[in-house]
Amino acid sequence: MSAGSPAAVMRRYITRQLVQLVVVVFGISLLAFAILHVLGDPVLLLLPQNAGKDEFERYRHLLGLDRPLYVQYWKFVSGAVLGDFGKSWYADTPAFKLVIERMPPTIYLTFAGLAVALLIALPLGILAALKRHSWLDSLCTAVAVAGQAAPLFWLGIMLIIVFAVRLRVLPASGYGTWQNFVMPAFCLGAALAPITMRLVRSGVIEVMNMEFIKTARAKGLAEPTVVVKHAFRNACIPVITVLGLQFGQLLGGAIITETVFAWPGVATLTVESIRNQDFPVVQCAVIMLALLIVAVNLIVDLIVGLIDPRIRAGT
Amino acid sequence: MTAMSAPTKVELAELGEARVETPGAGQATLRRLLRLRWGLAALGVLLLIVASAALAPWIAPHDPLAVNIRHRLAPPAWMDGGGAQHLLGTDQVGRDLLSRMIYGGRVSLVVGVAAVLMSASIGVLLGLGAGYFGGRTDWTIMTGINVMLTFPFVLLALAVIAVLGPSLVNMILVLGVAGWPIYARAIRAETMAIREREFVLAGRALGMSHLRIVFRQVVPNLVSVIVVIATLQVAQVIVLESFLSFLGLGIQPPTPAWGNMLGEGRVYMLNSWWIATFPGLAIFLTTLVINLMGNALRDWLDPHLGL
Repeated sequence: MSAGSPAAVMRRYITRQLVQLVVVVFGISLLAFAILHVLGDPVLLLLPQNAGKDEFERYRHLLGLDRPLYVQYWKFVSGAVLGDFGKSWYADTPAFKLVIERMPPTIYLTFAGLAVALLIALPLGILAALKRHSWLDSLCTAVAVAGQAAPLFWLGIMLIIVFAVRLRVLPASGYGTWQNFVMPAFCLGAALAPITMRLVRSGVIEVMNMEFIKTARAKGLAEPTVVVKHAFRNACIPVITVLGLQFGQLLGGAIITETVFAWPGVATLTVESIRNQDFPVVQCAVIMLALLIVAVNLIVDLIVGLIDPRIRAGT
Repeated sequence: MTAMSAPTKVELAELGEARVETPGAGQATLRRLLRLRWGLAALGVLLLIVASAALAPWIAPHDPLAVNIRHRLAPPAWMDGGGAQHLLGTDQVGRDLLSRMIYGGRVSLVVGVAAVLMSASIGVLLGLGAGYFGGRTDWTIMTGINVMLTFPFVLLALAVIAVLGPSLVNMILVLGVAGWPIYARAIRAETMAIREREFVLAGRALGMSHLRIVFRQVVPNLVSVIVVIATLQVAQVIVLESFLSFLGLGIQPPTPAWGNMLGEGRVYMLNSWWIATFPGLAIFLTTLVINLMGNALRDWLDPHLGL
């Protein structure tokens, strides 16, 4: 393998990630285009069923759907790059604007969920790893197995029934105050916590068996210092990587959570638009969410590459 | 959570753990046996669920579609106002909840198994191709995997269902076609490892064709991986199917499915909690036993991975 200065290695690593990014984004645009134009026929969805044949032809021509697919795809992509996904068929506004307006709530919810998941998973995962095979460890595993099986949308509804309907301590839906955040964030966090906890646990266990931990102990460092300063930092690498890869799933979870709590984010907009057969908006929302995931994945890759030299030099 | 890639991730994590973990052999065996016992118990419950779905017309106490407005929103038998006639109560038009749940299992199980068979077939073929041939084939398939895994599965399913329209067949198609990357990624990695083994090299030296090597030498070594992933995926697919039905984009009422019952129950959750609670409990229980069984299966088929 050609060695080089650390900066050169890092540059090559970033280039490789960027090339991959472009390919993935291209694939996503192709997929989003194909879903509407190859699987379905936009005109069929747009016009009432009893519309005449002439009417169909007229609209097909009007929307440029009578041109070859690759021309349509080019038109779609060249518009999309500039943020032009066409106008919503339902409300007379650009689809891009509708989607962007709904983006912040989705992002807030996602990060709140992530925070909750980490708050649950980090302490429990570390404890379970340090007290392996204890009752605490078994309990954590059992709860994690159960938690992974509980459907998110059902969990949300159960929370609403208990805390909003019975105890009346939290609002069932809505957006704006911190009370609105509690249940959706907990719901999403609880869904992500089990897998995160298991990863933290196995990460810490693996690190605790390594030579440098023995060295730290042999130096006479206090056990808490060993755990926090030496073990935890190294255990973070796999956790960050996997959390980054899980970001898509986290966003998928946010989509489900949004629909349960009537959260005014992109997902609720997508489901509404599907019900209204408003395809420019669906297409735009799907692409924007995918881009968000790609961006987060890239950032995670770069962070991991930065803290772990083995990865940036790797294949 | 609908973490589609969750099982494989945990496998990897546990793989890492298994490497460093060398407890006393006796203790390890004990733990394995314990987990197998859990798996057997889970298998028992799962068989019960499957049997009740298969025998629904004979064991359901009522017709799942029979409307009875006079008995609408009756609570479960153990609550005030509940009767032994409707053990789990009735829904907004007086249909028996227990009967609807027994019938609802049919949809979930059929969709789960059919979609998994489809995505496993696609995923295994592509994974074999990518892992065995490498090079350009590998690059193309890996890019496909990356694109598909970037898309949240839920979002993809929503978008496709929106265009195709909701129906049982469309749902199986969507979930079946969209699920392949999980298998492809795992199979690719395993195939790449097996490709380098002596018996494959020997096969090449003897002049065996690629096709024969792949299907006679590589695939038999992958059976346990495929079975474990497929088992765990059935649970994921069932949850996703329920979610789509819950949104009204899956199985359409009045056909009972756990998801659409949950969706209907949401409207009445202010006063009648049982309509949403029990179908969700059914999804939860089914997913749980399938996951437990999948974990036990992994331990049993692949002891060196076991904890």
